[in-house]
Amino acid sequence: MNEKKDLKYGFFLGCVAPNRYPMIEASIRAVFEHLGAELFELEGASCCPAPGVFRAFHIPTWLVIAARNITLAEELGVDIVTGCNGCYGTLRDAWYELEHEPELKKMVNEHLAKVGRKYKGNIEPKHVVQVLYQDMGIDYLKGFVKHKFSDLKVAVHYGCHIVKPSDKRPWGGEYECPTFLDEIVELTGAKSIDYKDKFMCCGAGGAVRTAVKEVAADFSREKLENIRNAGCDIIIDCCPFCHLQLDLGQMEANGTYKNMIGEPYKIPVVYITQLLGLAFGIDPNRLGLVKNHELTGVSPFIPVEPFLKKVKEQLT
Amino acid sequence: MSENVEKYIKRKVYKGTNSRIAEKFVDAGLEKIRACINCGTCSGSCPSGRRTAIRTRSIIRRALTGDESVLEDIDIWLCSTCYYCYERCPRDIPVTDMIIKLRNIAVEEGHILDPHFNLANNIFWVTGHGVPANGEANKKWQDLRVSFGLPPLPPTVHMHPEAVKECQDLMESVGFRKLMDNIEEKKAKEKAEAEKEKKVEEKQK
Repeated sequence: MNEKKDLKYGFFLGCVAPNRYPMIEASIRAVFEHLGAELFELEGASCCPAPGVFRAFHIPTWLVIAARNITLAEELGVDIVTGCNGCYGTLRDAWYELEHEPELKKMVNEHLAKVGRKYKGNIEPKHVVQVLYQDMGIDYLKGFVKHKFSDLKVAVHYGCHIVKPSDKRPWGGEYECPTFLDEIVELTGAKSIDYKDKFMCCGAGGAVRTAVKEVAADFSREKLENIRNAGCDIIIDCCPFCHLQLDLGQMEANGTYKNMIGEPYKIPVVYITQLLGLAFGIDPNRLGLVKNHELTGVSPFIPVEPFLKKVKEQLT
Repeated sequence: MSENVEKYIKRKVYKGTNSRIAEKFVDAGLEKIRACINCGTCSGSCPSGRRTAIRTRSIIRRALTGDESVLEDIDIWLCSTCYYCYERCPRDIPVTDMIIKLRNIAVEEGHILDPHFNLANNIFWVTGHGVPANGEANKKWQDLRVSFGLPPLPPTVHMHPEAVKECQDLMESVGFRKLMDNIEEKKAKEKAEAEKEKKVEEKQK
């Protein structure tokens, strides 16, 4: 039996997960509940604000709004957990700066005072994967695995801001070749396949996708080509914005770079808690893996059915 | 940081060039930019530079030497902030942070791409989200949420109009509203001037 841990978090949703890829939100909720973790709603949370966009426009605005979001969890007395690398980048970097620069903290609190808030700095912003790997730990997760996939080749995509800037991240300075996400993936029996430039950016961040979509799609094209050449069945990621870029971006690459790529890409993109949830025996409906609507023009743009079919065969 | 690098930074290397941009970096506590030896590790590590004209080394060089055209260059918006240059810089310069700061200086002077301005002024300011799901236009995303057993809108600013107002009050207080208004004014002026020129041209024809 697994030892009971004190796992309580304020769930910071961000924008892309709840508003474009709600299957990610649903799967995080289902998996955390299954693992005995309690998620509290951060009522009235806003955009983190996005580090490559709003931070790039006006650093003080970015810092003040980020601090406001952190105070929502402070009021509840719990650490923040977010499933998005971008939100993690903002909340963690803002937190780091506020903890190290008393002048900035003073400035931020002068603004927050006007709306009756105060940044204290007594909680830590964490990533879903950080909670899985550090707060819970591989041994703890292992106890929940019910099904092991016997033949599933996975391209793990970390994204950038979960590991970098490494001096503000909890991975002991490792950024060139981290393994924590691969270790979680391989708990399920799936095999993490090495592919060329595995740690390369998806291309969406830093306001690039908003500025020139074709540039972002070309980043993705290069990644997808390397992933396809390595013979991977699916992509596993831990960031909704990378997820969007690698999913919707396949359609964009298939269009814009039609003459370069040969066969169109159609690699299912699966979020880490969707994969984990299946291995834990959670109903795929609760993990947002089963389409039960007639809507058009919604995510996922690359069907995940081939993935579901493949793992279903391995379960029986 | 080694003692030598520290000495190098403190030396007034660029004395005489009067780089307004470099001074702003120093004011922002990013004086390490002066330690740049233009080795190009940043450019060599840049995934954007593999497919676009962005050359990080050149951007930093131009900022340091006071070449203000860098502020209007779209290249500074093609960095995906992957942080490889930041991590690998042998002189410990926080390169990605430099690019972010450079963008701040550019925006302050009204150099912002239309889609970015729209995102900041018409989406983030209005809804509190960078990617919103409220309103009739986003009905399909609400329905998609419901199909996975979630409420149509998340418990964020979307469910709390008072929180949107609070964010706007904060943005007003910290100077974001004024920044956006200044840009809007500048854009309107530029548009009016362009139209005037066009009319003059047509008359001459």
